[in-house]
Order: sequence, then structure tokens, then C-alpha cells
Amino acid sequence: MGLLSKKDTKLITDPLADNNPITIQVLGICSALAITAELEASIVMSISVLFVMGVGNVVISLMRNIIPSKIRIIAQLIVVATLVIIVDLVLKAFAYELSKTLSVFVGLIITNCIIMGRFEAFALGNGPWRSFLDGIGNALGYAVILVIVGFFRELLGSGTLLGIPVLGDPIEKTGLYAIGYENNGFMLLSPMALIVVGIIIWIQRTRNKDLVED
Amino acid sequence: MAVNTDKNSYTVIFAIGMVIVVGVILAGLFSYTKPMITQNEEIEKQQNILYAMGVNENDETSAIFVSPDVAPDEFEKFVKEQIVITVDASGKVIKTQTREEFKAENNKEPYLIDIKKQKSNAKAGENRLLPLFIGQREGKTYYVAPIYGKGLWDAIWGYIALDENMVVQGAYFDHKGETPGLGANIKQRYFMDDFYGEHLLTENGTFQGIAVAKGNADPKNEDKTDNEVDAIAGATITGDGVSAMIKSDLKLYKPYFDNLKSN
Repeated sequence: MGLLSKKDTKLITDPLADNNPITIQVLGICSALAITAELEASIVMSISVLFVMGVGNVVISLMRNIIPSKIRIIAQLIVVATLVIIVDLVLKAFAYELSKTLSVFVGLIITNCIIMGRFEAFALGNGPWRSFLDGIGNALGYAVILVIVGFFRELLGSGTLLGIPVLGDPIEKTGLYAIGYENNGFMLLSPMALIVVGIIIWIQRTRNKDLVED
Repeated sequence: MAVNTDKNSYTVIFAIGMVIVVGVILAGLFSYTKPMITQNEEIEKQQNILYAMGVNENDETSAIFVSPDVAPDEFEKFVKEQIVITVDASGKVIKTQTREEFKAENNKEPYLIDIKKQKSNAKAGENRLLPLFIGQREGKTYYVAPIYGKGLWDAIWGYIALDENMVVQGAYFDHKGETPGLGANIKQRYFMDDFYGEHLLTENGTFQGIAVAKGNADPKNEDKTDNEVDAIAGATITGDGVSAMIKSDLKLYKPYFDNLKSN
């Protein structure tokens, strides 16, 4: 027996593919559209969500027996908002540079429906350790999709990856651009994120017929 | 658990308790971190001004400030004078103060003037303070002016370094919450560097500003007198915000530069 039982491992691995928060549960689409024009932004957002999901799920799980069901959504919202503000203040005081990179994401984390979704669906009914694993698993599942979408949008939209030109210089016409290739500016706009997510969903459902609903 | 969490009285008590706990935690943390945050913000302003006048650690592609530890010393060393021009709501110059005069009157450094507040003062018909930082580097004089405006989601601001003829010698832009990958790229080197050498005035000396223009047929930005730089794809509104703040804020400094030339 390792640290994780079989059931625990499933909590981490399920959201990566067959119960992915974005492509199957269809949560967190809003931020998947908003910030995936660049790979770097996708990665930063994924790490932030990983942290808030992990800690938030544990806090909610610990409070699950004392939260009145009538106001549970508000209580969850307060927990997320508080966590995010604490992180923001601490970073501003001790790691100012990092906080400037992250500041844009703060608002996006609070409104991320994956977080509320997992609080409501999992943490309210399970113990802290399992909730923690569920949080990490879902955040990783979210991260996978974000990174894939960010990768294609930055590559096809700007011809760069993590800000480094990989296809040549579009102005000097070197590399691929020398033979007539052009960046697709449309990839930078939000609708293309939806189309990329759509393609991922298509591939996923073609490979696993169980996911297809009648 | 013995507590009946469905009772109304419990719900109310829980809500009040949670608000108090969260309030105390956040208020405590805020007052604890406030002095450090204020200091960080002051240093950042110094770094921004230094950056615009070319005192930075830039490598080939990314914008890097001088480190926060040395910023206050470098600021004292390179920024020789900070003047404050007071204009009325129509932009007419009322008086010009040196750093010492301003400090004696207001007990604060000119570089800490809140540009946002000054802009809303002007809107309300009151006087507006225009700080201008005069720096010397490698025998050249830089006139650095702050600008402030709004992008797509929230505030955008920046510092523009000019020479005597209002030709841009350096630019720094920043934003509060523009879209990552799109509008947020106004603080990328490829955008900021485009401003270098651009003229704010037309050939016959009237103020025109610099427009962030789409499809301006000059993507390499070789024509420095067209009062245009190339826009960022997918960030039209942020780009328009940059054009607007350059136009509205730097225009107010024109009388100062006219004066400078005639002397």
C-alpha cells in the first residue's frame, strides 16, 4: 500500500481525462477562453487555480458539518474570495514582481466555476484528504486543457511559444514565413478557444464512446 | 453533530460569525502588509521612471527594471529635478514649482502625485498638477511625463521620456487588468520599443500625439514622423486607450516645451 489507495488515485486521474472539468463537466469555460491566447498565461493561471482548489477544498471540507445549507453558496464564495485576497496581499508585500504577473488572474480565479463546482459537488460531502486530492485532480485536468489550448493559440496565432518565436520572423520573412505562411490572427480571439476546446471534446468522445450521450 | 444547521437562528449566527472571522483576518493582514506594499509601489514608480529614461537592465527581448534594492539610489542619481506644473481645467499654466517648493507646500515627493486624482480634478473644473521628471543620462536630458487612462477592462498608465523637441526617447506602459496575451502586451518590449524616436508634433509644430494604428502599412515602424505605431492584433480597445492617454495628457506639457525652446 502506498500513500494513495486505488480510489484516491482515481480522484487525481479521473479529471485528467474521462471526467475532465472543462471538456466533460463543462466548467471553467470562461477563463479557458479569456486567458489562453498565450501559453505562459495559461500556465500561470493553472498554477494559481491548483493552489486555490487544493486549499479551498480542504477548508470547505473541514467546515462541511457546520455550514448551514441555506447559505452554503455564499459561504463557499467567501472562502474562495478570502483565500485569493490573502494570497494577493502576501505576494504584494513579499514578492511584488510575481504579484504583478498574477494580479490579472485574481478576479478570474474568484469567478472560476470549477472551484465553486467542486466545493459544491465534492468537498461538502467528503473528508479533507479526499477533497484535497479531488481539488488537485480537477485543477490538473483544467491545466491540461488550458495548456493544450494555449499552445495551439499562441503557435498558430503569434508563431511563438512562451514568447519565443519558433516559426521564424513574420516581418523579416524568415523561416516558415519565407514560403508564404502567415499567422492566423483569428486564433488570438476568444471564439477560437471555444473551437479548439470543441475539437478536443470531439477527439475525446471519438476515442471513448462511453462519454457520448444519446 | 448535535447542532441543527437548518434552523434560521443558526444560519444567522453562522453568517455573522463568518463575516467577523473573515473580516478580522483580512483587516489584520491588510494593516500588517500595508507599509510594505506602499514601499513596493513607491519603488515601482521610481523603476518605471528610470526605465522610461533608459536606466534598466533590458536584455534582448524582455523589459527588466533595475533591482528594487538600488532603485532609490539610482533615482536620486539620474533624476536631477522633479518639477510640478499647475494648470487650470482648460490647460492654461498657472505656476511651475520645483521639487523643493512642492515638497515644502505638500510634504510629499512630486513623483508620488496621483495622476488619476489629478485627472478627475481637471474634469471637475479644478486645477490639475502635472509632474515632470528631468533626468540626465550620458550627457542627454530626458523629460519624463506620466500618463494615465483606461483600457478595455481597467486602468492603464505609463511614463514617456521626451527630448526638447517632444520626440519620444523611451516609453513604459503598464495596466491593471488587460487581457493576458492581448491587451496586456502593451508592456511588452516589442510594443514599447516602437515608440522610440516617434514624434509627438507634426512637421509644422502642432501637437498630434501618437496613434496606435491598425494596418498602417508601416509594421517595421521605419517612418518615425507619421505619428503612428503598429497596433497589437486583438487589442484594439487597449491600443485606443494608449493613443487617447498620450494625446490628452502629453498635450498639456506642450507649453512647457514651447517655453524651453524660446529660452
